[in-house]
Amino acid sequence: MDDLMNVVDWSRWQFALTAMYHWLFVPLTLGISVIVAIMETIYYRTKSERWLAITKFWMLLFGINFAIGVATGIILEFEFGTNWSNYSWFVGDIFGAPLAIEGLLAFFMESTFIAVMFFGWKKVSRGFHLTATWLTAIGASLSALWILIANAWMQYPVGMEFDPAQMRNVMDDFFALVLSPVAIHKFLHAVLSGWTLAGVFVIGVSCWFLFKKRNRRFAIDSMKVGAWVGFAGILLTLWSGDGSAVDVARVQPMKLAAMEGLYDGKCGQEIVAVGLLNPKKTVLNDEDEFIAKITIPYGLSFLATHNPHAFVPGINDLINGIELTEAGDTIRTDSYAERIAIGKKAHMALRAYDKASKDGNAEAMAAAASQLKANYKYFGYGYLDSPYEAIPPVAMTFYAFHIMVLFGGYLLLFFVAMLWMLYRKNEWLENRWVQLIGMATIPIVWICSECGWVTAEVGRQPWIIEGIMPTRAAISDISTVTIQVTFWMFAAVFTALLAAEICIMLREISKGSKTDYERIKD
Amino acid sequence: MDKKSNTGGLHRRPLLAWPVRVYRFYRDGFREMTVGRSLWALILIKLAILFLVFKLFFFPDVLSRDYDTDEARADAVRQSLLDDSR
Repeated sequence: MDDLMNVVDWSRWQFALTAMYHWLFVPLTLGISVIVAIMETIYYRTKSERWLAITKFWMLLFGINFAIGVATGIILEFEFGTNWSNYSWFVGDIFGAPLAIEGLLAFFMESTFIAVMFFGWKKVSRGFHLTATWLTAIGASLSALWILIANAWMQYPVGMEFDPAQMRNVMDDFFALVLSPVAIHKFLHAVLSGWTLAGVFVIGVSCWFLFKKRNRRFAIDSMKVGAWVGFAGILLTLWSGDGSAVDVARVQPMKLAAMEGLYDGKCGQEIVAVGLLNPKKTVLNDEDEFIAKITIPYGLSFLATHNPHAFVPGINDLINGIELTEAGDTIRTDSYAERIAIGKKAHMALRAYDKASKDGNAEAMAAAASQLKANYKYFGYGYLDSPYEAIPPVAMTFYAFHIMVLFGGYLLLFFVAMLWMLYRKNEWLENRWVQLIGMATIPIVWICSECGWVTAEVGRQPWIIEGIMPTRAAISDISTVTIQVTFWMFAAVFTALLAAEICIMLREISKGSKTDYERIKD
Repeated sequence: MDKKSNTGGLHRRPLLAWPVRVYRFYRDGFREMTVGRSLWALILIKLAILFLVFKLFFFPDVLSRDYDTDEARADAVRQSLLDDSR
């Protein structure tokens, strides 16, 4: 058992490491491709050589990020086959189909048009080049779409039926999968956060130009595009985040309770703006949840249901079977103890199916399959020994969520302030503190983005597929040592790649700041 | 003679024009790269490490490696999930 736990833990750490490294590159690609496309559109409309130079500079930084980041996600697919083979088989084509579409359609579309973007200047018409740039941006988002649909299915499994003969979930409704509200909100939230991140990146780099007192006009023009895209990005990220919060309240209420450190819910539930969790608090004692906190009255009820007076269940309520309906009403559903019992019935049915299959008894197989189908909803709960095992790590989920929200709020103010200075108080941009804040916001936006994923993925533990498969059942029968070796190899390779990206990018930014763009005429 | 060969050239052009243009487009693009050269070197090294080292030696598809048929793989997963539930 100890060995099994080690395999699970190491596999989780390895997946987290590779996914988080991968996500360092992806949001910048998603956002800066849009910014470059807008810059090139301005060049196309104005025929200004200055805008051409601006476009080419940011396109180069996009290219560096794309080149370093490309294929880092493939490692995640390797891990599915090696570390998570039970999961990979169990999810069947539901997970495979979106990933295959992603590989075939979006990635190749994106790669083809990137060649035109970089090699096509003066070789294809300006219109064709601009089209290729926009298609690259759209292709990047389409790549993300399919990955996020697959991820959303793990959080909210729909559109499938389990086949005990194949031991696979078989997709029976493609559109339920693709148009699931969780998938739509997740896609919008992730892609639009990329716009925010790229907006900060462009502003931060431009602030460096201003700091060095070089290429002022170039920097200001770049900042204007970055600020507008970032501002639109953060507003739309907040809007899609609101949709995600309603989804989480409805389909993953335990995650929401962990995000807020909420053990006992009530009507008109406040939201914690800033808080320090009490590490002694568990579901088994009456300690206070927080050592200190600042709350916003009715905030969580409004966030979860858009009704400030609604009841929001806490961890204890959920364990006792109190949940929200789609309409935001409170209902009494199966308690976690009942779910565990039902899940164990599903396991017994699967065991009976297995025996009947080996005996060649078709009638018994059909009866067992029917019993399994009736109890399959809580199949994953059958692996739990206690309802308390269904509680995610509260502290990590809570802090990741609150860091994301606080930094998100800061980013909204940041873009508003930047736009105000760019259009009303231009001279303030000469202030060293403003420039330093612009540069210092670059790591903040990345931390904010990564915290979003930590909230989403840690908050859904112990499930790899919500309610159906716990993470520990998804693991392959492999040794801990193998994973430890590859974990450190990945850590070394990815760190080297990140260092290479930062070095190449800093070199090109430095070159850009030394190039005299001010001499280029409109 | 010139006229004849020119005509021949024109007949062949529609068939070859596009592939040749695409080939030249990429060839010239790669030749004129500056930063791109080091990026391509990085991409190739990365892909080599991923596919020739990681995938080949460390990341086999466990079920494909250990079982020959889908039926056997399904059975292995069933046993594994049932064993875990005990």
